[in-house]
Order: sequence, then C-alpha cells, then structure tokens
Amino acid sequence: MLRILRQIGRTGVLTEAPPATDDAALEAAGIELRRTLSSRFRGSFAIRHVDAGSCNGCELEIHALNNPYYDLERFGVHFVASPRHADGLLITGPVSRHMETALRRTWRAMPAPKIAISAGECACTGGMFGVSYASCGRADNVIPIDVRIPGCPPTPTRLLQGILAAIGDQR
Amino acid sequence: MTDRDWLLEYRRRLGEEGVSCSAPDPDTLAPVVRLSLAAQDWRRAAEMAAALGWRWAGIWGDPGPEDCLVRACLVHDDRRVLLETRVPWSEPVLDSHARCYPAADRMERHAQDLLGITFHDHPHGHRWTRHRAWREQDHPLAPDFPVHGHGPKRTPADTNYPFVRIQGSGVYEIPVGPVHAGIIEPGHFRFQAVGEEVLRLETRLGYVHKGIEKIAVGTEPAALARLAGRVSGDSTVVHAWAACQAMERATDHGVPARALHLRALLAERERIANHLGDIGAICNDVGFAFVHMQCARLREQWQRRNHELFGHRLLMDVVAPGGLACDLPADGIDTLRADHQVLRQDVEPIFAIVDDHPSLDDRLLGTGRLSREDARMLGCTGYVAKASGLSFDLRRDQPYPPYDRLRVTVPDLQEGDVASRVRVRMEEIHASLDLLDQLLDTLPPGEVASDLPRPAPDAQGIGLIEGWRGEIMTYVRFDQTGRIARFFPRDPSWFLWPALERLIHDNIVPDFPVCNKSVNGSYSGHDL
Ligand code: SF4
Repeated sequence: MLRILRQIGRTGVLTEAPPATDDAALEAAGIELRRTLSSRFRGSFAIRHVDAGSCNGCELEIHALNNPYYDLERFGVHFVASPRHADGLLITGPVSRHMETALRRTWRAMPAPKIAISAGECACTGGMFGVSYASCGRADNVIPIDVRIPGCPPTPTRLLQGILAAIGDQR
Repeated sequence: MTDRDWLLEYRRRLGEEGVSCSAPDPDTLAPVVRLSLAAQDWRRAAEMAAALGWRWAGIWGDPGPEDCLVRACLVHDDRRVLLETRVPWSEPVLDSHARCYPAADRMERHAQDLLGITFHDHPHGHRWTRHRAWREQDHPLAPDFPVHGHGPKRTPADTNYPFVRIQGSGVYEIPVGPVHAGIIEPGHFRFQAVGEEVLRLETRLGYVHKGIEKIAVGTEPAALARLAGRVSGDSTVVHAWAACQAMERATDHGVPARALHLRALLAERERIANHLGDIGAICNDVGFAFVHMQCARLREQWQRRNHELFGHRLLMDVVAPGGLACDLPADGIDTLRADHQVLRQDVEPIFAIVDDHPSLDDRLLGTGRLSREDARMLGCTGYVAKASGLSFDLRRDQPYPPYDRLRVTVPDLQEGDVASRVRVRMEEIHASLDLLDQLLDTLPPGEVASDLPRPAPDAQGIGLIEGWRGEIMTYVRFDQTGRIARFFPRDPSWFLWPALERLIHDNIVPDFPVCNKSVNGSYSGHDL
C-alpha cells in the first residue's frame, strides 16, 4: 500500500487544460449540430462506442482519452456499455458490410435525443477502404452522422475537441 | 547439420513415402525454401512435417486464370519451407491440413471463402470469413469478381452459423457481441458454461473483414505500404515493414542501413507502447486501476515523443518502400537516450508492484493456462508462446537486418498463465530498451530513403518480421506492370484466437476479460 501511495504522490496531477474549441475548430470538425439539442447534454454525456470495421488505430486513441492527461470524465463524458444508456454514438472505421446491421441496430436501440459522431478518416470518408464488396464506406452511408472528427487516427486532442463541441461545451 | 541437410532429410522421408517434390528456383522466395508437389501429396507432406515437430505457419492461394497456386508454410526451428501445389479451377479441391495441424483450421476456411477452394476432410468445413455480404458461390479473390461485389444493397445480420452445442443439466450459453461493452473491436463469443465455469468457448470472427486482400490488387508499392500499415493499427510499423521487406526482396533492392536501423527503432517503440498499454489493461481487468493509470501515463509520454520526432503518435506511414518517409532529427538521438533512461526508472516501481502484489497474484497466477503442447500445436508465436515455454523470436532465430548485428534477449517462461504473459511483456520492455540503446549506439549515417526499382513481371517476395504480438509473414507478388497482383499479410492473431478458446477452459466466466486481454489477438489483423 505504501509503495502505491508513494508512487501516486510522486506522479502528481498530470491532467491538462482542455483544448480551446474556437469557431474555426468547430468549422473544421464539420459541425452541423442543432444547438438546442446539444445544450440538453451539457454536463453529462454518455457515449456508446462501436467499432464498425476499424483497423483498431482509432480505438487506441479513444482509449487515450481516459488517460490522466486528457481525463475525459471530468467533462461529464463517459463511455457506457449499452446503447440504451447512451446519448451519443461514437463510430470508428469504415462500416464493414458484416457490421452494417449491428451498427443500425445499435443506433436504433439508443433513446432520443441522440447524436452520432464519426471518428477517424475511415468513418468520415471511407478512408483507404472506401466502398467495396466488404465495406459500406463512410458511416454516413449507414446512419445519419451529426459530427465528424477527421484524422487517421484523430489525436486525443482532436477527439476531445470534437466531442466537447458536439455537446456544446464551449469552455 | 549444414544449412540444407534438414531439407534433404525432409525430402528423403517424403521420398520414402512415395511423395516426390521438386524445388523450383529455390531462392526466389528466400529465406523460405520452396517445395513443389502434386496436389494428392499435400496432406502427406504436412503429416510428415507434423511428425518432425514443425510448426504450421499459414496458407494462402494465388489465383491464376487456369488454376490457383496454393502455398502453405512450415517452420522447423529457424528454417522454413513453403509447400506449393496447383489446384485447377476445373476441380478446386485440396486435402485439408487441419487434421494434423489444428492451426490450419480457420485459415483454410478463409481461403475457401475467398478463393473457392474446398478443403477435403476438413474437421469443420463450414464458412468462416464469409457472413452474408457475398453469396456462397461467389469468391471475392477470383479475378473476375468485381471489387464492388454484387451483394445485396443492405447486408443482413449473420444467421445460422453452426455453433457447436453442448447439452447437459445446468449447461447454459452466453452469446456476446459483435458489439462489446467497451472500446474494443467487434467479434462474437459463444460461451457454454456450468455455474461460473466455462466448458467451451467458440469465437466467431470476420465482422471487420474489409476486403484488404482484394483492394490491394492493382495498387502501387507506396499505397500498399500504407494499406499494410492499416491491417492492424496497433502493429502499423511491423505490418508496413513486412510488406516493404517483401517488396524489397521481390525487387532485390538493398535498403539504406540507416533506414533499417530506424525501422527497428520504430518497431521496438511500437512494442513498448503496446506492452505498456496491455499490462495496464490487464491489471485494470482485475480491478487494479492504479497500474492502468500509471502505464497509460507512460504510454502517453511515449506516443507524444513519437509525434514530436516522427510526426505520428502511432508511427503510421513512417515505413515506406525503399526506406523511411522521414529521418530522425539530429537532436533526436540525445532525446531518445534520455527517454530510455527515464522509462527504465519509471517502470521500476510500477513493475515491482505488479510483480508482487497479493491481489494481482490472486487473480493472475494460474489463470488462463496454455500448455506448451497446445501452444505448439496451435502455431502460437510472440508473448503467448514465450510464456508457454516456446521462446521463438525471428529477431534472434532468423534475424533480418539490423537484428543480425544486435544482441536480442528473448524471455522464456514455462507456466503459460496470465501472470507469465504479463511477465514476458515486462521483460520485453526491458529487452527493447536495451535494443533501442544498441540501435542508437550503432546508428549509421546516410540516407533513409531510396527508390524501389521497377519490379520484374511477376516478381514475388516474402516479408518476415517479428512484431510485438508475434511473427508476421507477408506475401507480395507484382503483376506485369509493377503493380500489386497479390498481397497476403498473415498476422500472428490467426493463432492466438484458437489459443484463447483453449486456455479459457475450466476458468470462470468473470476471468474471460483478463484472459482475453493477456492474449490480445487483433480482430482486424485476422479478419482482413
Ligand atoms: S481512420 Fe486510420 S486509424 Fe482509424 S480505423 Fe481508419 S485507418 Fe485505422
């Protein structure tokens, strides 16, 4: 126990100030969000993540959001295990045809109001995989997307900006 | 034994069985030795290799107009053979290797789904990679199959997959996935349990099949390297390296020494980043968040340095055909040396706690045990094999530059449980830090990029790279115009998923997450 406490003390607090989300950044994230909707989520936003066919690079950076530097939960944003508990769906990867129905069902299982966020080049544009016999391409081709966070993969900072912007948190 | 004696011995034994084989251009796929045989001897040749204790390392087909050239790779200590046979489209049937090599089970079914070759006497001949995106009579890798396919507009969910069923009083089934309760890749797990105890686990993968082998056809070398870097994002460096190595061997191209050194440096950085992340995640899965946060902190610092020096946090697209896309900045060497020292000091107190903490011992020791025999039979490599008494590592046992000039220490543990897999990873972080220092000490000056020469028609090559997860083997063939005709990246995960199914036996259902994380197969690398 002492060893653990000592190590915690030595490490200190590493969490960094959130990135500014100015209007230019919002524009870049391609946000077409109804602000009335977003204001409802202020302070508490539950995300269900679905990997619809990613290479798993995007997942690594989404994981990083929970590390002590970004600490996503301090904004009231947390990941939940069931779409029934979720306000937002975070989608990565081109949507593989084998995940198409699972993604639709997950989206349908979420209660309204809800928003869909595509994270990463693949989910935003189809990326290198595009549309093929095995892939439906970008997430928009399967469900309506509200917010896009580009990058291959998007850095945790970009993800944080995108998610905060999506829920109208302008601090 | 001299270098080729083992091969003579194998061929002599095959001859005794009445199997004749020839070695076409023995060196076209060096360091792998090709052995061509008739389709009817396909099974015999594998049985013989199995009797000699060789490891089965993959199968793939290269479709032509008349027939399909099928290849299977067998590994004996540090040497490997590629069995080859031609299967005519008029009768696309080949004997299965899966009876003598359980490792072959799913990769043969993948070849069956994508190429249309039926594997005779396969213990489970049903589909694997195919769900419902294309019809049974269609085969995406057939030359006349359009890349857009002709499947339904919407792909329905997969149904009627013949899962094995267990019956008995008190036996119940837990279906999980494809969408899991966390930030992970999709796949389906079917548990059969009594009380808390798992009797059987069957995985059903293929959900993230993106047609990588098909869309690779017709690409340029540079685009193939980028695609290879997205076969499995956590292994982007080593997959890109394996593809580039295959293309460079196909064109007989010498890569600048500095580029090779830096590729190894990137690969070791990737290994450390993933091991840090996974050690933390394993501890988190048994409720010990402290280590998770500490490791996540170190991993984040490591990734930030990647971004600063190489322009990408995961090091994507740095490895390119002929060398690297960017050089290490001049002041990078000192920065990295200092980083290595800092990481050594930083992990020490954390690893000391992981090594000896009663609540971790309680959950990790003896959990998810994989025997040496099973690991061998299933073809495992990487930390899963090293924790179960099979310490094979390409970097030491079949070294490619620059590892041929470095001292590589490879962990060798016997227990095969989750705790051993964690220990292998901790030891590998130290070993990689030593390698990183050796690489910096011997970093040659000069260029890091060179132009890949124009490939000869049909030029082919094999890339063999030890990734952090295990051995990666990649086959590349060019067409007549210097574009890619065939790309098959074989991730070690093919052999890790069956290992997970086996090691979960008799464990309790709540220990599944930690067992899964300790194996950490890639879904994307497997589904392609
Ligand atoms: S955007 Fe890049 S990192 Fe994300 S899934 Fe696609 S290829 Fe992988």
